[in-house]
Amino acid sequence: MSSRYDRAITVFSPDGHLFQVEYAMEAVRKGTTAVGVRGQNVLILGAEKKGTAKLQQPNTMRKICNLDSHICLAFAGLTADARVLIDRARTECQSYRLTLEDPVSVEYITRHIAGIQQRYTQSGGVRPFGISTIVVGFDADNKPALYQTEPSGTFSAWKAAAIGRSSKSVREFLEKEYNDEAVETEEGAIKLAVRSLLEVVESGSKNLEIAVMRSGEGVSYLTEDELAAVVAKVEEDKGAAAAAPAVTAQAVSS
Amino acid sequence: MDHLLGIVGDGFVMLAADEKVAHSVVTMKDNQDKITVLDETKILAGGGQFGDVCMFTELVQRNLQLYNLRNGYPMGVKAAAGYTRTEIAKLLRKNPHMVNMLLGGVDKHGPALFWIDYLGNMQKLDFGAHGYGGYFALSCMDRYYRPGMNIDDAKSLMKRCIEGINQRFLIGGASFKVKVVDAQGIREVDLSDVQVAPEAAGNAMEQ
Repeated sequence: MSSRYDRAITVFSPDGHLFQVEYAMEAVRKGTTAVGVRGQNVLILGAEKKGTAKLQQPNTMRKICNLDSHICLAFAGLTADARVLIDRARTECQSYRLTLEDPVSVEYITRHIAGIQQRYTQSGGVRPFGISTIVVGFDADNKPALYQTEPSGTFSAWKAAAIGRSSKSVREFLEKEYNDEAVETEEGAIKLAVRSLLEVVESGSKNLEIAVMRSGEGVSYLTEDELAAVVAKVEEDKGAAAAAPAVTAQAVSS
Repeated sequence: MDHLLGIVGDGFVMLAADEKVAHSVVTMKDNQDKITVLDETKILAGGGQFGDVCMFTELVQRNLQLYNLRNGYPMGVKAAAGYTRTEIAKLLRKNPHMVNMLLGGVDKHGPALFWIDYLGNMQKLDFGAHGYGGYFALSCMDRYYRPGMNIDDAKSLMKRCIEGINQRFLIGGASFKVKVVDAQGIREVDLSDVQVAPEAAGNAMEQ
């Protein structure tokens, strides 16, 4: 039944599905995980680094990109589609600045990206973009903002979001662990992002990429050493948490 | 009209621009900053039709920022100047912009100053000027400029030029905004404390 309605993007199925859009979301689920955490005055973007071929230079494949000096984006899904969408967003950021002499707000640029994604679900002869994005940045009132877009063109604000491979488990982890105290400090927010990624990424700082955005400072990536230190701390905490119940079990039995 | 001056020194470029914005016979503003910061390594002094100047310099600035974001590094100075003059030339027979510019910057090839006028002419120069101020400043620079000047000598030369303009140009009393770009970045410079050495004795030609 679905095969008759999934060829063309502009055709609804009888039960109201746009199959091409849903298949695009499947493509997103094949991509490597990306996670975003909104702290009290900091924004963290984390991405799983796909294993690179031996001859490939890893630093040329970036999942976290700047859209403007105060806005950053992480994506999951088809990298080539992301490149096109990011370029359009960058152009829009500068065009907005030229016309209005003001930097874009995070909501504006997210709405613009989502608008482009939606347009490609309603045109003939084109296919949807196979990516979801997490857009982060500080608005004029210095409040951090985090938004997520999807191939369907929907977008909404989140306190913490996950996209890509195993995003469901990462999101469940974040729902359990996210609270205002945990992300009050920058260190706490980074730890939460790393912990959530380590749920699904093979252990090791080599497979992670973490970017920190501070108000008025733009984005900075954690160096390998800094990342290794955070991962070590996270492992340590995990070990301590695992050891604690064992102690009480011994006390009960003896 | 606007006075724009530029000097290339040892590892830096100094640009000076007057601060007056006039409309017919009225001074609308006397503290306008006519030197736009294009990005971390380049500055652009623009003069002429004020509306055109604002629109055009902002267009160049935004496109250079876009280049930076797309590629991860700022455009070279020569490339930026080439881009600027091409935009002027493209608009010339459609929607001419009355904008004269001095673009100064530092990149891996060192400091460079580019003189661009409203017709799309472009030249790389050691020192240059636009506007009526140029009539007085250029001969001053011809006499006193030395390649590879240090920052103090450049300040002194710039001050000498500015004093010359204010002495002889019909509309006197112009205040100037001076900016310097070097490998460390862009900063404003104050010339009020700079001492200008008295005229060298004799004729430069005789030396």
